This record gives sequence, C-alpha cells and structure tokens, in this order.
Amino acid sequence: MSNKTITFKILRQDGPNQPSFWETFVIPYLPNSNVISCLMDIQKNPINSEGKKVRPVVWECNCLEEVCGTCTMVINGKTRQSCSALIDKLMQPITLQPLSKFPVVRDLAVDRSRMFEALKRIKAWVPMDGYHDLGPGDKILPDHQGVAYKLSECMTCGCCVEACPQYSRDNNFVGAAAISQARLFNMHPTGKLIANERLDSLMDDGGIAACGNAQNCVEVCPKSIPLTESIAEMGRQSSKRFWKTLFQI
Amino acid sequence: MTKQRAIVVGGGLAGLAATMKIAEQGMSVLLVSFLPVKRSHSVCAQGGINGAVNIKGEGDSPEIHFYDTVKGGDFLGHQPLCKDMCYHAPFIIYLLDRMGVPFNRTPEGNLDFRRFGGTLHHRTAFSGATTGQQLLYALDEQVRRYEVEGLVEKIEWHEYLGAVQDEDGKCVGAVIQNLRTGDIRAERGDAVILATGGPGVVYGRSTNSVVCTGTATTSAYLQGAKYGNGEFIQIHPTAVPGRDKLRLMSESARGEGGRVWVPRKANDQRDPKEIPAEERLYFLEEKYPRFGNLVPRDVGAREIYNICVNQGLGVHGDMKVYLDLTHHSREFLDRRLGGILEIYEKFTGVDPREEPMEIFPAVHYSMGGIWTDYNRTADGFIDHQSPRNQMTSMEGLYAAGEADYQYHGANRLGANSLLSCIYTGLMMGPGVVNYIKNQKGSATDLPSSLFDQAQQQWQEKFTSIKQMKGKENPYKLHTELSETMMSNVLIVRDNARLAATVEKIDEYDERWKDVECLDTSDWTNPVPSFVNQLYNMIQLSKVIAKGALLRDEFRGAHYKPEFEINQPSDFKPESFLEYTKLKAERGLKQDSFKPDHLEYMRLYEETNEKWLKSSIATFNGKGPDISYEAIDTSLIQPRPRKYD
Ligand SMILES: Cc1cc2nc3c(=O)[nH]c(=O)nc-3n(C[C@H](O)[C@H](O)[C@H](O)COP(=O)(O)OP(=O)(O)OC[C@H]3O[C@@H](n4cnc5c(N)ncnc54)[C@H](O)[C@@H]3O)c2cc1C
Ligand code: SF4
Repeated sequence: MSNKTITFKILRQDGPNQPSFWETFVIPYLPNSNVISCLMDIQKNPINSEGKKVRPVVWECNCLEEVCGTCTMVINGKTRQSCSALIDKLMQPITLQPLSKFPVVRDLAVDRSRMFEALKRIKAWVPMDGYHDLGPGDKILPDHQGVAYKLSECMTCGCCVEACPQYSRDNNFVGAAAISQARLFNMHPTGKLIANERLDSLMDDGGIAACGNAQNCVEVCPKSIPLTESIAEMGRQSSKRFWKTLFQI
Repeated sequence: MTKQRAIVVGGGLAGLAATMKIAEQGMSVLLVSFLPVKRSHSVCAQGGINGAVNIKGEGDSPEIHFYDTVKGGDFLGHQPLCKDMCYHAPFIIYLLDRMGVPFNRTPEGNLDFRRFGGTLHHRTAFSGATTGQQLLYALDEQVRRYEVEGLVEKIEWHEYLGAVQDEDGKCVGAVIQNLRTGDIRAERGDAVILATGGPGVVYGRSTNSVVCTGTATTSAYLQGAKYGNGEFIQIHPTAVPGRDKLRLMSESARGEGGRVWVPRKANDQRDPKEIPAEERLYFLEEKYPRFGNLVPRDVGAREIYNICVNQGLGVHGDMKVYLDLTHHSREFLDRRLGGILEIYEKFTGVDPREEPMEIFPAVHYSMGGIWTDYNRTADGFIDHQSPRNQMTSMEGLYAAGEADYQYHGANRLGANSLLSCIYTGLMMGPGVVNYIKNQKGSATDLPSSLFDQAQQQWQEKFTSIKQMKGKENPYKLHTELSETMMSNVLIVRDNARLAATVEKIDEYDERWKDVECLDTSDWTNPVPSFVNQLYNMIQLSKVIAKGALLRDEFRGAHYKPEFEINQPSDFKPESFLEYTKLKAERGLKQDSFKPDHLEYMRLYEETNEKWLKSSIATFNGKGPDISYEAIDTSLIQPRPRKYD
C-alpha cells in the first residue's frame, strides 16, 4: 500500500482573464479518500509532479456531504460534487476541471451568481403577510408533500445547466433548476398567489421556450429531481396562461 | 439623519431569521457572508426542529419542552430564554410551514412529528432527513424577496474580520474582506450581528462544514467581548468516519426506531446479520429502559466510549458500534430518512437498509459561544422589545445562533438548535431595531477616521501575514492542533492531560509565528485568510481547554471521572426537591433519606453551589482569564438528571 499513489490532472487558471493550464499532482494513496480530501492533502504539501512547489489549488466546498451544492466540478469529464467523488471509484489519472458554463474565478472555483439571479427572476418565494403568529398553514396531504419535497431538494449546484446544450455563457436561459423551482412555488397553497407572475417571467426571453428538450439535465441531477417533468408541467401552465391572456378569459 | 442600518454577518438560519425580521420592520440590512448564504452550514441539519405542538395527543406542552431542555442541559441553560424559546416553538414551526417548508405530513395532512433524544414525546417536525436544508431555503427565499425590494443588500464571498469601535468601545461597523479581490474595507452599521455559527473545525474533522472555524466570534473575543461556556462541546454519538469529514447519522435514525448494539463477544468477526438477537448487546436499551436509544447525546456518547474503550466490545475491536435500521421496510426508511441513508450509502458503499451501519462519536456542536445578554419579564419570559437581548458585552455587537451561548447549557438536545437559531434571529429583531432607533445619529455620520483606522489596521495585519515566510505549513499546523484537541478535550477529560494541552496550545501559538503563507497573490487567495483563521482557532482552543481544565466537576458534556459523584441506582430526582424543602424548613434529619441518598444529595448541592455557573473567558492579551457568572435558575429548580 505504501507506494500506491493517486494522480491528478487539474485545469488551473490564476484569474478570470488568465490563460488556463494543466498541472499534475501525484500524492500518496490513502484509503477512503475522496477528491476533496486529496485537494486538502495537496494543500498540506503543494508540490506538483515535477517536484516544484506551487500555489495550493483553489476550490470551493462547504458541507462535504452533498447538500450545500458548493463543490461541483467536472471530474473525469463528468459534472458532479467533488465531496462524493470517491477515489476508489475513479479511473486515474483523475482530471479536475471547473464548470464550463460559468466564469472561472480561480482554478476550480466558478461564479454561479447567474443561478441565484434566476431565482429572483422567477420569484422563488412564498408571499407572506408577516412573520408574526398567524397560526398554522394549510393542511397538505402526504402525496403533495412528497412531490414538493423532491423539488425542494435542489441545491443550486449547477450540474443540470452544465449538461444543458441550451445554457451558454452568452445567452440568458434561466435553466432547468429555476424552471423546476417555479413549479415548486406554483404548487404551494399561497405560493400560487403569484403563479402568473412566475409564468410571465418564464414566458419571457430566456424562459421556458429556450429549452431544447435534450433531457441531459435530468440525467445528471445528483438529487434525482424530475426536471423534465417540471419543464413539461411549466410548459403546460405557460401555454394555458398564453391562451387565457390571448382570449382575455 | 442619514439612513441607519444593521449589519448581519452570516446567512445560516440565525442570520437569515434576524435579517428578515429586521427588514420586516423597514430597517435596512447589509447581509455579509463567507459563502452564498444558501450554502451555509445549516443545510447539514438532518433530523428536525422541536416544538411542542402535541399533534399526537400525548399531552406534550411547551412547559414540558422547557423542562426537557433545561434538564438536558444539566441546568446550565439560562431559564427565561429557554422558556421563551420553547413557548414560541409551535409558532415558529407554523411560520416555517406557512413559508413553504415541505414538512412531512400525517395521513390527514397535519404536520408530522418524530421522536428525538432527551424527551419521551413526539416533538420534532421534520422534512425527510434534510430538515436544515429545507428550513434554510425557506428563509433564504424570504430574504431574497427583501433583496429584490431593496431593503436587504447581500454581499457574499466576504469575510468578517473584526468590529469597528468608537472611542467608547461601541461597535459601529465591521471590517470585511472581499474574498475575490482580497480588498479589505470597513462598513458602517448601527448594530452588527454575528450569526456565524459554531467552531467545530477547531477539532479538524467533525460533523461541521468547512467554514465552521468560529473565527468571527473569536475575533470578537480578542477585541474584548466575553466568551461563555467554551468548554462545553457536544460529541454526537453517531457519525461515520471519513478522511475529510465525520458525516453525521442523525439522531432521527434512532427517533425512527434505530437500535444501537454491539456483539456480546469481544472482537466477534461474524457478519452482523448472522449474530442472533441473544448474542447482541443493546446496551442503551438495557441500561436506560425509559429513554433507550434516545438518551441525550452526552449520555449516549459516554456509553459508547464505555462499551468500546473500557469494555473492549467495539465492533471489530474498534471505536465503533452498530446502528441498526434493517428491521424497517425500505419504503418507510426512504420516506422518513432517505437523505441520511443516501449519505451513508454514497460515502461507505454499504446499503444501510440491508446492513447495520457502523458508527462512532464525533465532535458536533458548541454549547458555548460569545456571551450575550437578555431582559426577562416578571413572569419569566423575555421582553422582546429590549435592545439588550442577544447583545454581547461590546455595545452594539450582537450574536445569534450557534455563535451564542445561553440556550443549551452543558448539553444540547437534538433538534433544539434549529429552533434556537431561528428563535434568536426572530426574537432579537425588534430589540435590535429599537437599539438602532435609540442612537442619536447614524453610523454613517461618524467621522471617517474611525473607519479608516480600523480598515488600515486589518490591511496591515494581512500585509504582514502575506509576508510570513516561516517553516510551518498552516494546514499541517491546523491538523496538529486539532489532533491535540481531539485526543485530550473530548468525551472523557482529565486534569493532567488538560494541563499539558494548555501548554501544547501555547506552543502552537508560538509556532504560528513561523508559518509560511503559501500563496501571496491578491486574487481569490484563501491562504492568508486561513492563516488568520488558524490564529483565531488557536486562541479559541485555549478558551476551550483552559475552561475544561478549571471546571472541576462533571456536568453534561463535560465529563471528568475524577469529580463524578455516583448517583445511587434507586435514587429519584424528586427526592432532591424534598431535601431542599426540608432543609429550608429546618426539618432535615439524618434519617429523612437513605444514607447514601443523603450523601449524594449533599455532594450534588455542594457541586452546584460551586459550579452551576457560566464560565466566562476574557482575553488578557495572551490567553483567556476565566471567571464564573451566576445564571437564572429561578423557574425550574435544578435537580439530578436521570434517564433510566
Ligand atoms: C450534520 C449536522 C446535523 C445537524 N442536525 C440538526 C438537527 O437535525 N436539528 C437541529 O436542531 N440542529 C442540528 N444541527 C445543528 C445545527 O445545524 C446548527 O447548529 C445550526 O444550523 C447553526 O446555524 P447558524 O445559523 O448558527 O450558523 P451556520 O448555519 O453555521 O451559518 C453561519 C453563517 O456564517 C457565515 N460565516 C461564518 N464565519 C464568517 C465570517 N468570518 N465572515 C462572514 N461570514 C461568516 C457562513 O457563511 C454562514 O452563512 C446539526 C448540525 C450538523 C453539523
Ligand atoms: S436541479 Fe439538480 S442538478 Fe440542477 S441545480 Fe438543482 S440539484 Fe443541481
């Protein structure tokens, strides 16, 4: 075991407008490692495969249990969270690249503000009268809760949009995650109250019409969110709204 | 007068709750966070949030919740706050429900509740096994609404470095660093709230997230604010070992019927499923027939330690026990515990629906935190309008959530933290707004020299950090510090080892000066920031270790066998109430109680007289001075705990 190693090829970039370059690191193998524990090992001994001391790799992470959505990157060509990428299940050399659909901040860290902006656009919240004591909310049946819960697990990680052929750095498509959030709030008893505002925003430029139905999103979502179902549902709601406004009914 | 505003640092549950409550009153908020707030550590919370809604008709009530909380904390909690929190809990759950949190439901469509540790009632509302994530998202959505309306300005990828103080020491703003550009600037704020979470990373690997270094609260302590009960660190009985993190297996697994056991025979190599029931030792159920697997965490962690270390019965001879859910159907488990079972499966490769999980205790939560104040009413509740609520000992600086210290005493009950975070955030809102409105002017009108000075001081500090060219790798030094803490300031504590630890930490303090700042670039460089955080973690370790060294008793999570007073097995806690009553009436006689009971109660009383106090650390320029402060125990008389 002692001379077993792990080889990483990491696509690095010093800043947004800097050129990117590959750097290789070979580190000792330790059982139960994942990509993040290896990046932490590199921090403790930042020496590349040529024996040169380099700056530690920059990446973002937080919860390390795949619920915060922070540590998404492209690992061996596949978009996923790096905390749950177990070394024993990866082919070597392991390549790490930043997400390609977002501006690179540095090395593996990217700026996903666009996803949070999309949540503003589709008004992803329940309107409320106030935060004082107004008694319990509506009764909700378990089946309804089951659907809402699944949608509500979206952690804005970006896998779905990274995989989407329609989502690019130079357009304004809101992406599958936001469309699915609109569905979540449109099904809530009071969230519904502004359902039309959400539909209007989805019927606008960069909204639901931009979806090309490639269905890649649902394949890669780590939370198995039924994204194509959400897109179809929001498509239905939008066309209903379209016809209603057209005939003023 | 120029516009006043509050600065909230941290967008976990506490920070978001405070932000929305303050914004609701029309006051502007600058919300500063290390990471996008939606990625805060609060997402990790799995099991649920407590509130005595009594949906199951078990006769549960806020008063019983209050009692369980105070008893769970071994009576070190501040009772008026605990009481007010528990009485507000049902309302908080309803509020979250109205906000759209997809709580699990009963067949009739009511909120469902599960059991958790330290209580005999179904009191925990839950959203699958990702309750924290669901609650955080709901609050995040409300705050986003205020952001769109312009009342909240959110700046993410910014780190709080320290408070700006005026000549009188009052906090009038915050120095923050942009983690992208590296720029350091002072922001003006009429009140600053630290809702920056706990310090688990001091112990290296814990159940906490990577940003939980406690650096913001430590910075306040270094600037003179008092730090309370630092030595009370919760060790959660059930986590999964990992190289980067110890992933939690929520108490809800036991709340849903999970059973903890070890093979009766030491080092039994058989597959756990081949070990018949009579050859299994369900040690919690055996020793605690009433609470069983749902004893409070301090008790659970100690029992696991006892079974594995003292009795050598750990699974395969290791510090591990089985947590078994295999008697439930897959469908049931997926519906109620899906989130955590997926984590177990993903990270260990074993399906916990088919195989018992192998788990062990891990650092989880800090009961201690920055000292904060409150204003009680005559009937033992909190006056929500008071500007004193949640204010630290530095005027104008507030704290909330895991960052504060008064709610959970010597041991927190499961599912009470999400509650205390949201409660403190909401409760303090009106008082903070009153405080700001009572100020003569706005921080915006103060001379800029104050802010320039603070900014410059931090800029110089970071310039000198970047020039550090010593021999120590900061990440390795952190590993050493955390290993020292892990081996010596954990479940079982011993004075000789604690004294050595305190010295050892002083060595780390010296060695920190010899750190190498591995990266000196300006753009998005996390290294200088980490070097500063490491300094703070070293200072906080001193608070924890010295507090533990000086507290010569056994209370809640702070277990020193040397000072344990053994409770007779047939003792009933109510006897103690009778004992004190008789004493007060001068009617106590030698034969009023069995001799061993009498002796036990005398010792218990003596211990409380000396130690039923908050420990308060103040920074003396080198390390902590520790003193002790009385707490309000007037609502429920302290008494010995018993869970069997
Ligand atoms: C695995 C796990 C499971 C848990 N399950 C439960 C449960 O089921 N029920 C329960 O009641 N409790 C549970 N807890 C405890 C509970 O989750 C936490 O105590 C609680 O979420 C803390 O919330 P908070 O708002 O105080 O801080 P956090 O959520 O930690 O948020 C802190 C915020 O401060 C920011 N921040 C920190 N430092 C700085 C700085 N220097 N500058 C700027 N920003 C900063 C962070 O970015 C973050 O936004 C669990 C804890 C863990 C670890
Ligand atoms: S929908 Fe799935 S893939 Fe897309 S952001 Fe949400 S969790 Fe990630």
